[in-house]
Amino acid sequence: MENEDHRVLIIIPAYNEEETIAAVIEDIGLHTRGASVVVVDDGSRDATQLIAKSMGATVLEHPFNMGVGAAVQTGFKYALECGYNICIQVDADGQHPAEEIEKLLEPIRRGKANVVVGSRFLEPSGYRPSIARGMGIGLFSRVVSAIVGTRITDATSGFRATDLKAMKFLKDVYPEDYPEVEALVLLHKGGFDIMEVPVSMRTRQGGRSSITAGRSVYYLIKVLLAIMVDIMKKIER
Amino acid sequence: MIQIISIAISLVLFVAVIDLIRRGLLKEKYSVLWLASMLFVIVLAVWKELLARVSMLVGVAYPPTLLFLVAFLFVILILLHYSVAISSLSEKNKILAQEIALLKNRIHDKQPLSEEKR
Repeated sequence: MENEDHRVLIIIPAYNEEETIAAVIEDIGLHTRGASVVVVDDGSRDATQLIAKSMGATVLEHPFNMGVGAAVQTGFKYALECGYNICIQVDADGQHPAEEIEKLLEPIRRGKANVVVGSRFLEPSGYRPSIARGMGIGLFSRVVSAIVGTRITDATSGFRATDLKAMKFLKDVYPEDYPEVEALVLLHKGGFDIMEVPVSMRTRQGGRSSITAGRSVYYLIKVLLAIMVDIMKKIER
Repeated sequence: MIQIISIAISLVLFVAVIDLIRRGLLKEKYSVLWLASMLFVIVLAVWKELLARVSMLVGVAYPPTLLFLVAFLFVILILLHYSVAISSLSEKNKILAQEIALLKNRIHDKQPLSEEKR
């Protein structure tokens, strides 16, 4: 990108996303100049990996499924190994438009935050979650806001930018499943600055949400429990 | 009767655990709690007065039930020990899998190892 000091890596964690992965990579190619793309294939059993490779993306292949958190973490490890200093997480299901990536990058380039979260709720974006999902997102956002001390409106958003310092921190502590909310709490405890920017998102373009009715209960309990434990955890800064 | 059964079961398990260690199927690290629990039960079952006294102390009306309480507490301890061990194994397993993913990519790219970490 323009600034030579900033090498940007786009991390796409993917698990069985053959329907959408090609469009996501293409979208990124159209809207970012010079950013590298790494797809972390979290043990997919479909053609995700083949398609990603044929689109020219670097593919890191987990030998088995370990959860989206582990996939993002692998991405961080790769970024640090290769000398990237900004990471952008983009979902493989097409929810995150590549044209919004620049909005996430800008505050990091100017050193205004260590982690920038793309929020669907800062400005009216036309996104309408179901009632249950909306309540879940609202609850998590309120809990995280209370802990972090700044207003967070979209704590479950996986559309994020992370700077070098935060990457080095997260590569050892990133949660395995449903990591988004917990990661914010950990980052806050680690002394990092979190900032939200308004972005628009699309509804998923294919595949299925990992959060089904049955799992949402597990999700809710697991994340709330993890947050409570995180608050008590000792974290080396 | 409950005394004899307790002693018998504990002795059989004790020998079984020792044999498993001898054959290399069980690591000493994971056998300590097993052996300790069996020794405890055996001692309490053989030494009736101690059993009676401890029962009085903790308010157990029928002393042989104390044997079950002790055995049960040890089972819980052993299970907790395993949960901790599994958590640590699964974390290590994840780190290994991630390392494999990174190495596989590097082999694929034929990047020389010396170029890592700038």
